[in-house]
Parts: sequence; structure tokens; C-alpha cells
Amino acid sequence: MIDQRRFSSEPEARSLVDRIHELVDGPVSLMEVCGTHTVAISRFGLRHLMPSELKLLSGPGCPVCVTPQSDIDRAIALARAPGVVVTTFGDMMRVPGSSSSLERERAEGADVRIVYSPLEAIDVASAEPDKEVVFLGVGFETTSPTVAATVLAAADEGATNLTVLPMFKLVPPALHMLAELPGRALDGFICPGHVSTIIGTDAYAPIVERHNMPCVVVGFEPLDILAGVVMLLEQVRAVRAGGVARVENEYGRAVSGRGNRRAQEVLSRVFDVDDSEWREIGSIEQSGYRFSDEFENYDARARLDVEVEEAVEPTGCICGEIMLGTKLPTDCPLFATRCVPRDPVGPCMVSSEGACAAFYKYERRKT
Amino acid sequence: MCLAVPGRVEEITDDVALVDFGGVTREASLALVSGASVGDYVLVHAGFAIEILSEAEARETLALFRDLAGALDQDERGRAEEATSDGGEGR
Amino acid sequence: MRDSKTVTLAHGSGGTLMHELIEETVLRRIGNPVLNDLDDSAVVDGLAGHGLEGGRIALTTDSFVVQPLFFPGGDIGKLAVCGTVNDLAMKGARPAYLTLGMIAEEGLPLRDLERALESLAGAAESAGVAVAAGDTKVVERGAVGGLMLNTAGVGFVPESRDLRADRIQDGDEVVVSGTIGDHETAILLAREDFKVSETIESDCAPLNSLVETVIAACPEVRAMRDPTRGGLATTLCELASRAGRRITIDERSVPVAEGVASVCDILGFDPLYMANEGKAVIVVPSGGGEGVVDALRRHELGGSAAVIGTVDSGDGVYMRTAVGGLRPIVMLEGVQLPRIC
Repeated sequence: MIDQRRFSSEPEARSLVDRIHELVDGPVSLMEVCGTHTVAISRFGLRHLMPSELKLLSGPGCPVCVTPQSDIDRAIALARAPGVVVTTFGDMMRVPGSSSSLERERAEGADVRIVYSPLEAIDVASAEPDKEVVFLGVGFETTSPTVAATVLAAADEGATNLTVLPMFKLVPPALHMLAELPGRALDGFICPGHVSTIIGTDAYAPIVERHNMPCVVVGFEPLDILAGVVMLLEQVRAVRAGGVARVENEYGRAVSGRGNRRAQEVLSRVFDVDDSEWREIGSIEQSGYRFSDEFENYDARARLDVEVEEAVEPTGCICGEIMLGTKLPTDCPLFATRCVPRDPVGPCMVSSEGACAAFYKYERRKT
Repeated sequence: MCLAVPGRVEEITDDVALVDFGGVTREASLALVSGASVGDYVLVHAGFAIEILSEAEARETLALFRDLAGALDQDERGRAEEATSDGGEGR
Repeated sequence: MRDSKTVTLAHGSGGTLMHELIEETVLRRIGNPVLNDLDDSAVVDGLAGHGLEGGRIALTTDSFVVQPLFFPGGDIGKLAVCGTVNDLAMKGARPAYLTLGMIAEEGLPLRDLERALESLAGAAESAGVAVAAGDTKVVERGAVGGLMLNTAGVGFVPESRDLRADRIQDGDEVVVSGTIGDHETAILLAREDFKVSETIESDCAPLNSLVETVIAACPEVRAMRDPTRGGLATTLCELASRAGRRITIDERSVPVAEGVASVCDILGFDPLYMANEGKAVIVVPSGGGEGVVDALRRHELGGSAAVIGTVDSGDGVYMRTAVGGLRPIVMLEGVQLPRIC
């Protein structure tokens, strides 16, 4: 297999950066909607190389950032309940609920365990049959099939003390919403590479057709991102000259037109698409999942009754606008003063790839 | 929501592969892919293989990088040719 | 959340929260000119002021709470010697004596205690130190994860040596003695939380002999620190801050073992922030880097040594990335958590 390092070659990067400078001759805004892209752009120091007129915006691509506060509060309530073990990806630990976080609850004695794979929740459930094991189902389409497959495996093994709190979100409905916002100056989408592995590049056709919005599916190595930006800029130039936008695939080694059919089937067996609430943004139609009838026994919402405190939205937080790309972290009056990574007000600051956290870590100091 | 890592399938037992990520191996479920074989490279997320990677496509992408970057040289060449044919100063 | 009134794990992670705890809770109550330096060990005029002639001694203490007690490449016993010996060595001290405080938990198998102590003894002999005093306590089941150790160390600092971060100057070079992130990655895997095969070993080792090699190769060495909790990134931030200067490193020069890099990729960790227990960050005058690296590479613990960066005026730490970008390196906030995002 090809050496991964070839996707980080500096001479090639330099050529692509030169091409980007060549293509930018006025303000251009490109938005990525994937937390891993946010982190990658920052970790590789790519913004430093971009022309100042090119804005690389970070949209609502951080799944823990867009999980409604009431869902976080429900997870916390479950963690506090006796006899319940909460299993979760590490990303969720520090997200602030109305008055606490899972990390804080763990420090106070709640049984909260970080897992790398949802399959580990089945192991916990088997090992502790007298406990109710809840897995926090957060993520986009890269992750939801893994949880769906886990539910199927649990059903196979007859694990009856395992449930999932379904909080998943879908990317394409959010892209439509973003493209339709009034007064927006979005010129193109850097589409999430691994979500696209599952849903396929065909999933973006409606966005291109309805909004004439350039869409390029992009991988995560430095050259992938630079090449994806070049491809988008070439499309932006064409569209501004009256041309038609397209879906393009920079990440062909991992993404096909139809996507991963088997993962899609597993998903549709276990989950039905539903309207869903996005934190600080509001409800987006058909943008989340609920359990299908066949698997409703695995729904932690229905199976485990807990009292959830009334969600208290933090005042002054403009995470919603930041996630929609209309404001920058530095526009927020709380940024780096009241709201800092270890004591965040809103989720954009706490998640390792929330726009504000990434900005705080990587961009705050001017070089 | 996209942290996935490529690795090489070393062994397969039922629906579980032992994947080598370079100095480190870990099991990955094959429940979400079909037709994986020993020697294939798979993309692994949260303990599941989510795709079999295509080496042919990877090579094409590396060629794509060169094309995208090379377009600059073509433009420059084009402008240089124009300038010369107009009798203007060469580059 | 600001009024959290309990200590959390993040307070122990080596990053900004721990620094704050130390400044606001500890130093405010027991601070004094010697302690306030917060260096790896305190160098004091040992006998002067007590009516005697004498040189400087270095003092340090460290507590070891590692889980699991035994891991590839080491165990709590070996760590208890190396951690303290290294803190002394980083100031150019020749480690001489350790004290050993043991807190064992009711129910700890005696065989485990014996193994840990055998390992401790072996490490002490390697490092050329002796345990001069000790204490033993036993507490109830569940209190200390089986066993916790504290070692305090004393070493003697030769007259000519003055290793201090505030001696660092513009143009200086930054060297690292080997691969980063090994120890913490090994510990992560040893906890069996992530079911990755255990081919990663902790780099736990006593550095005093390596330090002598460095000083022999470059007597004008400015400062040394071992990148433990918080990793290389945190140590560089501390050095830059203490020196009042900017450090710029080159990503391609930073040595990372393949297995460590892969595990970090899978779990979403950054090796720059993962602890070592057998490596040193060494700052030397301009032009001295290559010589130190050559000398290190001839030492059994310095095989992957490399010059990784330079010092100049300004502040903060920056890394030139493999593709030519520039990334600010900041202090760790809280604990690194595995992520899938």
C-alpha cells in the first residue's frame, strides 16, 4: 500500500498552496462540516499558508457540539441513576450540560466509562448483568452504522441490559439548511470524507442541484485538504462566471458514488430517520435517528425513565452563530475570557474540535 | 466525526479482522464491509472497518495532486506564449 | 462549573489546571524562594548558612501512583527510582540518596510488593543511588490502587554546573534525547482499555549517565528538563515561558516511534502531549546541537536523539508542520481524552 507520508509531501503542498494563491482574487468562503477537518486544518498549520481573502469556516461538524443540552442533561441524569453504567466516547466527557458534565459526575462517583468502540458496551453489559448499561449514541453517519451494528450484535447475543441513547445527526440536511440561510456568503462545502465513505458522493447531488453550491468530498491528510480547496476554488471561479456546480470526489481511495451499501442497510434496519434538534441551531427536518420498531427495546429514552433537569441555556453564548459560520470565535464576548476550554460556557469551546476550542488552541496567538 | 485510520488485514476469523496499523494491531469488526481479504487495507473507525481502501484510487489521487498543482505551470506557460506572440517581453 | 470544589483528575495531568492548583493552592500557602522556582529539583547551598563549608545540593520529591503497577518496560518500583533520579539529573546533580515512602493497600499480594522492590533495587543500582531511609504504611482496601510510592532524592551539584531555563538565549538549539510519548502510550495500552496489542514499552530509565554524556559534550549546556506529564509540548511551553523566549520546532525532526504514532492516530491522541519517563529535552548554545546529538547517539538511551528546534526572541512555542504550515503549541488543558471525532 502507498506510504501515507506521500499525502504530506512538502514540495507538493507548496505547489498546491501556490495554486490556491493563484485562484483567489477576491473574498471566498469555504465551509467544512467535520470536526476532524477542523482539527486537521489547525494541526497542519494550513491557515497560515492561505491567502487572507480565503476564509475557511468551521460549520456544525462537531457532533457533541450540536447535541442538545437537554440530551446532555439526560446523559448526566442516567449517570447519576443507581445501577446504571454509562458508556461513551471520550468526546462527550467534558461537554457542559445545564449544571454539570459527565467528567464532573465521574469525579463525584458516577459510573461513567470511556470506550473506543461501541462494541465494548456489549462486553460491559455481559460482565455486569445486574446493571443497566447505556451507550451514548452520538455522531454523524460515520459513527451511527457502528452503533447500529452493535445493536444487531447485542440482539444476537441476547444482551437485554444494554440500551442506546440515540442522539445521532445527519450531514446533508444541515448542508441544505446552511445553503439556504439568507444573506450567506458561502461559496462551497468541504464535504466530510468519512461520512461520505458511508453515504457516498451521490448524497450531495441534491445540494449541488438545488443551490448550485460546489461540493468536494475531501480526505484528511494535508495534501487531501489542500487539493480539495483547489478543486473548490476552481469550481467557485466557474460558478461565478455563470457555470454549474458539481459534486467532486478528492477522496476516491475511501469514497465511492454509492457509498457503503452494507452500512446503509444496517442503519436502516435499526434506525428510522426523524426530525432532530441541533444545539443552538434549532430543529432540522429529517436530520436525526430514532429507533425502528423492531429495535425499540434498545432505546434508552423509552426504557430508562429518569428525571431530567430543565435545560438552562447559557447567556451570551453565540455558539449557534459560530457553528453556522456567521460569526468567528473572536466575535463572541465570552471567548477566552469567561469561556475557556477548562471552563467552557458553550460546547464549541469544550469539544476538542469545536470551532472555539480549535481557535483557542491554534489560532489565538498571531505569529 | 471522522477519525478513521487505515490498516492492513492480517487475519480474519468469522466477522472479525486483526488489523495492523503499523507497529500496533487491533481487532476490527467486518460487520459493515463485505468481501474483505487478508492483505486488504481497511479504514477503521470505532472498532469497525467502514471501507476497503483502493490502492488504485490512492495512486490516482496522488496523480490528481500533481495535476491540480501543475495547472499553475500550464497557465504561466499559456501567458508566456501569448506575450511572446504579441511581441511583448518574454518571461 | 467555575466553583468546582473538588479536585479532579485534570488537576493532576500536568497541564494548565495543575499549574493553577500549584500556584493558587500550594504556593500561596507554603511558597518560598526555593520552592517558587518550580524546577525539576531545587539546588540549594547545602551547608552554607549552617556554619559549614560546602557545595550545592539538589533536592526533589515525587510520588508514584501509576496504574497498572506493572507494565511493559517497567513498573512502579523502577519508576520510583527513575522519576526522582531524573529530576536531580536535569539540574546537573549527581544523584546520591533516595528516601522511600510506601503506602500499601490491605490485600496487595506480597509477591507484587516483592517484585516492585526488586525492580526498585535494580534501578537504584543502575543509577548508582542508595535508598537511605524509608517509611511503610498500610491502608484499607481500595484506597491506593494496590500500592503508592514516594521517593525524595538528594544529589550533589558540581561547582561548574548551572542548569537553569533563564540562561537560555536567542539562537540556542533544542535537542531531544529520543522518541516521545512512549511511556504514556505504554501505560494506556497496559490498562487494556483499548485492546491494542502490547508492543509498546515504557521508556522508563535513569538519565544521570546520559546527562553526564551531554555535559561532557557541551559544558555550556543551558538547561534540561524531562518531558513527563503533559509531554514534550508542555515541557517546551514551560521552558519558553521560564526563558521569556520563543521556541520553534520542526515536526519532521521530532522522533516518534511508529507504534506510538499509530496508537495515537487510532485513539485520537497527540504524541506531543504524551509523557515520557526516560528522555530529556536539552537546550544548548547555537552550534552545539549536532555535537550533543552525536554524543547522545553513542549512549544506549540516546539512539534516536535529534535537534528539533531553535530559540529566538518572542514568546510561545511553534511547530513548523511537515507540509510547511505553522502551528502554535500550547499547554495541555485538562486531560487528553480518546476521541472518535
